[in-house]
Amino acid sequence: MSDKIFKTILFLTASMIPLICGGIVYALVTDAYQAFEYFGFFKFLTSSEWSYTEGNEQYGAMPFITGTLMTTLLALLFCIPFSLPVALFTGEYFKGTKIASILSTIVDLLAGIPSIIYGLWGFFTLRPIIMALNISPQGSSILTASLVLAIMIVPYAASLSAEFIKMVPNDLKESAYSLGSTRAEVVRRVIFPVAGSGIFSSYILAIGRALGETMTVTMLIGNTNAIPDSITSTGNSMASIIANQFGEADGLRLSSLIAIGLILFLITATINMIGKIMIKHSRI
Amino acid sequence: MESIESILEFNKTCVSYTKNTMAVKYVSAEIEKNSITAIMGPSGCGKSSLLRAVNLMHELYPNIKVEGEILLNGKNILSMNPIEVRRRIGMVFQRPTPFPTMSIQENVLAGFTLNGLRLDKYQREEIVENTLKSVSLWDEVKDVLNKKGTFLSGGQQQRLCIARALALKPDVLLMDEPTSALDPIATKHIEELLTELQKEVTILIVTHNMGQAKRISKRSMFMYLGELVEYDLTETMFSTPKDERTKEYLTGRMG
Amino acid sequence: MKSNFNTKQRILKDRSLFWGVCILSALTAIPLIAILGEVFIRGYEQFTWTFFTEPTPTAYKAMKAVNEGQPIPGGIANGIIGTMIILFMASAVAIPLGILCGAYIAENNKKRFAQFVSYLTDLLQGTPSVIIGIITYIWIVVPMKGYSAIAGSVALCIMMLPLIIRSTEETLRILPSSLKEAGLALGANKARVMLKIQLPSAFGGIFTGILLAISRVIGETAPLMFTALGCSFIRWSIDKPISAVPLLIWEFFNDPYQQELIWGASLFLLSFVLILNLLSKYLARKWNR
Repeated sequence: MSDKIFKTILFLTASMIPLICGGIVYALVTDAYQAFEYFGFFKFLTSSEWSYTEGNEQYGAMPFITGTLMTTLLALLFCIPFSLPVALFTGEYFKGTKIASILSTIVDLLAGIPSIIYGLWGFFTLRPIIMALNISPQGSSILTASLVLAIMIVPYAASLSAEFIKMVPNDLKESAYSLGSTRAEVVRRVIFPVAGSGIFSSYILAIGRALGETMTVTMLIGNTNAIPDSITSTGNSMASIIANQFGEADGLRLSSLIAIGLILFLITATINMIGKIMIKHSRI
Repeated sequence: MESIESILEFNKTCVSYTKNTMAVKYVSAEIEKNSITAIMGPSGCGKSSLLRAVNLMHELYPNIKVEGEILLNGKNILSMNPIEVRRRIGMVFQRPTPFPTMSIQENVLAGFTLNGLRLDKYQREEIVENTLKSVSLWDEVKDVLNKKGTFLSGGQQQRLCIARALALKPDVLLMDEPTSALDPIATKHIEELLTELQKEVTILIVTHNMGQAKRISKRSMFMYLGELVEYDLTETMFSTPKDERTKEYLTGRMG
Repeated sequence: MKSNFNTKQRILKDRSLFWGVCILSALTAIPLIAILGEVFIRGYEQFTWTFFTEPTPTAYKAMKAVNEGQPIPGGIANGIIGTMIILFMASAVAIPLGILCGAYIAENNKKRFAQFVSYLTDLLQGTPSVIIGIITYIWIVVPMKGYSAIAGSVALCIMMLPLIIRSTEETLRILPSSLKEAGLALGANKARVMLKIQLPSAFGGIFTGILLAISRVIGETAPLMFTALGCSFIRWSIDKPISAVPLLIWEFFNDPYQQELIWGASLFLLSFVLILNLLSKYLARKWNR
């Protein structure tokens, strides 16, 4: 095969990626257009009504944007106290040892579990506990979804943070020790500041994952279409409303669901872009 | 060797990385107070291992074992708490290691902040000024104290690291080839600085640069394959080495 | 001043951080054990021959069996076959395209366009799977006027692509450049060097990347809901709705009479995913040496 033909083939296959991405944006925008045109873009974003009585259809994205933000932020909150220790365990305290590689294998496997199985586990194991603790009557709530979501994003945050913690130069740490500091002080005053932006960006990417998580949230959030008034009430996220209603929707409702998909796409794309750019700048 | 006023004493000190291989074998020597003592030898001779043992750096790595005694003012530091020992023994590394997230001022004070010690503004300013003056960096950086330490040149960074170690007023300053990453002019600066500093602090310096040892040190140790082959006044060692191996090394036939 | 150093308290703090890190890290392992344990204990009894050879029971049959206190008849064969068909078609397209695209990025990493493609690959990888479902619905299901195995495999193919591109690119990039230079020095052209030397040398990394990609998409449910839809009997045609194991789990979850079957299907899916994961980890370690 001549170089020219080969180069062309490579170029053509590579061009497929921009085509797919462009196609995604194009298809989402054209199919969401009807909803934006009917309700107005900002009205659609801010309206909290979601009713499909024929003749008076009202669709707004606010309840689902709120639901997504609440589940994501709560999940992040629950995830930090576990992912940070795991990152320190594998990246600093037991760096390079067998026990660290066992823990990171376990954490990697956690990342491999399909989200529908997390949903099942949350539904059949966690939900009864939430009910027994009287936190929420049906057990399904923003809180329930966030707890399971937190477990799901621990691996992403932990493994990436660990990488940045590992990258902190050894002589920098030794310098701090040579001044008489304890390991805890080295962690707090040297490792965290130096690896800080990298750790931060790994949490941004973890948020990116949590935003679009579908099945787990759908199975645990309770699926009600109003703005949740507390973390123990039920709700819907952008992904879960789509999963719930896409199959049965048509016309304006379908377009509204696709519009929500477009918003979700834009939010995750932005978050991921910020995360990736930060990571590029935090390689030491 | 004539009796000396010692501050640090090695007594059959051994360092081993694995059960069967010793990096440092039964080194015994007394280090004179307020002087510069150089440790020389070809790479892999154990000179860095010996130096790092004084700062209990081996405690960070569970596989490294140190046996024998290392006495600081007569007390065996191997049985003391590392964080207390390290505060009294400063260390400067091969490559300059200013903390990249801290300003110049914060770097000088790092020993205090890392140890969780709060100083008032007056104390801070005094320490920063005095210490930077003692490493003759004050005039160069007094207007940029709040800039990051990494913005300085290599030689300035290394002087900043010396200042950081000196700020805690240690009894001994350990230096692990502190000029090997620097250009000749910066090296000359540091050497001049060290000859000044020996009035305040005892300096133990590892170097593979024989010229450097000859220029600045009062006494020299020559190590080979983990053994302390010869320990004498630098002048004596360079003019009339007693051991054949020392002679070979000093004449450039080894190393 | 020395007395202010508060050594005892600081050592206590240091110890507590150490044990805190250890305990919290150990706690992180609990969900994995809990999930594996629950799925295994509740699912292994359903692992019978018919579970893998029979399709799912109809709602009526399942209801009757439950009401009579009998075990639910049938199995998940329709899902297994569906998953295999969808995965096969998705892989057949995604693997060659992904490898070529990864090769392009690795070869031209200084070019603007390659950096742009690389960036979009990240974007695609971060796109929520439910959106891939919507897109495939718009692209394939609407024009074809129906759900199909093809649509399902297009969705999974789009999800596999970025994973394969990344692993190919990364493996090619860490190959020593001397390898390529040696090939070129023998007078081979760039195409030959890539196809005969670089890609074969990168085989290990690419292969583990493919395994990981498959394990990642095999459990995907959301994108299949809008594309493959599901089907209660065994079907081999690719232009009709088809079932898949995760889709079956979702159906069982929503049907009170079939909930017993959830665990067998989940155990099957979970074992498959975890074995692929561990295998790829093992191979990566072996080939890296």
